[in-house]
Amino acid sequence: MPNSSKLFKVLVPLTSVLAGLVVGAIVMAIFGYDPFLNYASLFTGALGDANAIGETLRELTPLILTALGFSIASTAGFFNIGGAGQALMGWMASVSFALNFSSLPHWLLLLGSIMAGALAGGIWAGIAGVLKAYLGTSEVITTIMLNYIALYLSSFLVKNFLAQDQSDFSKTIPEGARLRTPFLEHLTQNSTFNYGIIISLIMVIVVYFLIQRTKVGYEYRAVGLNDKAANYAGMNVKKVIISAMVVSGALAGLGGAVEGLGNYENIYVMTSLPDIGFNGMAVSLLASGNPIGIIFSGLLFSILKIGGLSISVVSTTPPEIVDIVIATIIFFVGINYVIKIGLEKLSKKKGEG
Amino acid sequence: MKTRKIIFGSLLSLGLVLTLAGCGSQAKSSAGKTTKNSVALVTDGGGIDDKSFNQSAWEGLKAWGKENKFSKGVGGYDYAQSTSPSDFTPNINKLIKAKYKTVLGIGYQVQKNIADASKQYSDVNFVIVDSVIPNQKNVASVMFKAEQSSFLAGVAAAETTKTNKVGFIGGVKSDIVEGFQAGFTQGVKAVNKNISVDVKYAGSFSKADLGKSLADAMYSNQEDVIYQAAGGTGNGVFTSAKGLAKDGKKVWVIGVDRDQKADGKYNGGNVTLASAVKEVGIAVQDLSNKALKGNFPGGKTIEYDLKDKGVSLVNDNMSESAEKQVNAYKEKIINGDISVSAKAN
Repeated sequence: MPNSSKLFKVLVPLTSVLAGLVVGAIVMAIFGYDPFLNYASLFTGALGDANAIGETLRELTPLILTALGFSIASTAGFFNIGGAGQALMGWMASVSFALNFSSLPHWLLLLGSIMAGALAGGIWAGIAGVLKAYLGTSEVITTIMLNYIALYLSSFLVKNFLAQDQSDFSKTIPEGARLRTPFLEHLTQNSTFNYGIIISLIMVIVVYFLIQRTKVGYEYRAVGLNDKAANYAGMNVKKVIISAMVVSGALAGLGGAVEGLGNYENIYVMTSLPDIGFNGMAVSLLASGNPIGIIFSGLLFSILKIGGLSISVVSTTPPEIVDIVIATIIFFVGINYVIKIGLEKLSKKKGEG
Repeated sequence: MKTRKIIFGSLLSLGLVLTLAGCGSQAKSSAGKTTKNSVALVTDGGGIDDKSFNQSAWEGLKAWGKENKFSKGVGGYDYAQSTSPSDFTPNINKLIKAKYKTVLGIGYQVQKNIADASKQYSDVNFVIVDSVIPNQKNVASVMFKAEQSSFLAGVAAAETTKTNKVGFIGGVKSDIVEGFQAGFTQGVKAVNKNISVDVKYAGSFSKADLGKSLADAMYSNQEDVIYQAAGGTGNGVFTSAKGLAKDGKKVWVIGVDRDQKADGKYNGGNVTLASAVKEVGIAVQDLSNKALKGNFPGGKTIEYDLKDKGVSLVNDNMSESAEKQVNAYKEKIINGDISVSAKAN
């Protein structure tokens, strides 16, 4: 069915989401909670008013960046699990820059803080890239280990250099480095929505062109498909590996920077790695690495996450049930291959009958 | 033709879901009525079943609801669970939108979010536990002098150890947890300067496996009493102690935040020596009542200590002589003869 392949591309994820919603509803019904009320709270909680939309888009902002980072690395054939650590280093660097150079003029301070975040994330991933290129170390192991180093290093730095006396968090960043503005807060009824979304959307376009339309992107894809062939074709595979990891880490670092400058506006002693790293991986996998698709799968994630919080506020459904339902929906979207086959069979049968 | 049918089917079912969803939202709005005071809390990373801090807060809120005949849900009392710190602000906003009059942030991590929200919503009462938000008229800050109860835990450990070696396992190295460590060390040294205190941090409040391996190492190093201030990580300390106790080794754990006697129970005995309790629940109940009666202590910092029983050391399996010593030191702290520092050196 060559003419319907485009239709299928839209139909498959749509059916997956629907199937997830239906199974989620069954789960809620089995445990005695009202699925209709809960789905209504989920959607109104994520999209129902300006505040909700603001929070959903804010949730989406860093997810796009960490997902783009993951997809760049996987284009070049690596599994970069270190997104969380790279984001944390980016967060750390951007907040430190904002606090230490607070006397800089507004735009310079903001730009500097954002760049510091990207740079720190890039360097952090670059370590794994260099190890991979020159020593053949598995990037899966090194990025996981670098995650832990990032977590505890950031705690150490916050505790010893940034935290005020008797506290576990840094000062709030100066006004000039904020991505949130009074205008946006007013517009979205005090949500944490911020201008970081512009950075994310620009990066979607940049990454799309980088991979599809440039020599660098071509090299990434070539190395990802077969590094020996790429080497034979005269590409500097070592350079490609390192550059792909650095770009991947820089994007994750940007994700951390928008969290630090847009959402939290400080950095604190963390008890676990920021979840934008791992959620970004899921978002990227759902979109099969497609930059445009990442916007939509990220939006789905954000709606479920922010809307999910409303379910337990409005009804007595425990948050654990909400987590099960959300996981079910994501699960069905994840196994969309099965749904694709199912739909194909269905349409064939109908055609014969 | 065939694909068109599928699309039609999908759209139809999508429409059905949305229509039904619409009905649900109407039902909801009629149920949401406002009462004089409704209270909700926002948890930090842990859930309301973390056997520690958040659970204690939630139990206090439930007790308050029962006392004043409120029911769980909008208009009464409820909790919003945060799976990550980025959920704090959305949770606070959602609770305010659901017309909760008093919102409690449980744990120092929620501090900034409560501070921001308190400026945006001046007609809502806010409470922050384990941190201070100064000069904000609608925020009450709650602090616990946990170093005092930890001091008594140190006394209990020093009076119990046979090997003159005791251990401390902390969760994340933060000011709050360092207060526990400082108090404990001072308590041990007050009884006997020669007892060594081995201090280890797990770097997490939720890694029971790490808690177990840290405890295993301490016990095999002849440290026979461990004070854990590590939330969920502390569950691993209990697992380790119970395993060794079953093999006939005499080891003890001092629990934290809630009375952890039940966590120390094993077939043939109990390894919980005592528990350094922090009555977050009582504080929550107390402040909710004050808000209900209209005398919410906004702008103030309320400190709970040994004197007002906001912190205490619960005796689970202490010897009589150890208990006597603990009570003697308790009197001295309450009288002001001993002042316990919250700073680890």
